[in-house]
Amino acid sequence: MRIHIASVFVDDQEKALRFYVDVLGFTTKHDIPLGGEDRWLTVVSPEDPDGTELLLEPGGHPAVQPFKDALLADGIPFTQFAVDDVEVEYDRLRALGVTFTQEPVDMGPVTTAVLDDTCGNLIQIVHQSG
Amino acid sequence: MGDVFKALADPTRRTILDELTDRDGQTLFELCGRLTMKHGLSSTRQAISQHLDVLEAAGLVETTREGRYKFHHIDTGPLRTIVERWLAGDRGEEPT
Repeated sequence: MRIHIASVFVDDQEKALRFYVDVLGFTTKHDIPLGGEDRWLTVVSPEDPDGTELLLEPGGHPAVQPFKDALLADGIPFTQFAVDDVEVEYDRLRALGVTFTQEPVDMGPVTTAVLDDTCGNLIQIVHQSG
Repeated sequence: MGDVFKALADPTRRTILDELTDRDGQTLFELCGRLTMKHGLSSTRQAISQHLDVLEAAGLVETTREGRYKFHHIDTGPLRTIVERWLAGDRGEEPT
């Protein structure tokens, strides 16, 4: 068994695609209309095109919004991406106008930062120290 | 005033103030991460949240909302009151 897809609930799939592709730098893997406005929309890392896909899942279920609001208020990222260097990514993404709720912190074994994906989620970026 | 001493009596709460001195304006998530990763404290998020409530009631921590996030800031105002009470005593002002 392998981990195939991880999901984030997004407020708006098109806006999410713009952020995850144009800003973060992922590439679209699948974009399949599902009827109505919803799409089966996944992205992958260009460094690992056959790796785990991230599903940009429409957040229309009534349980989603209160769940996301509660996580946001406490600054809790529900999804994490690995980067080579958190400081470098922080500078690059800040220059692109990305909001961070946590600037890079050296936590010992890892360095982390937390950013807002503009679609109601916080994302942690991390690299292993040393 | 009593609340300030009670708030400072707990080592976890003092560590929270240390970390807010290192960087002012942190989410609950960042504070929990620092306490766990840097200090090896195993308190739950809920416990940290309760410590923050005590610090806030004592006036040592202030929370602000920016958009959808909540940030915690240190307020050293109550500590100044302590310093003035005993270290600036010869200025002739009676503490309350």
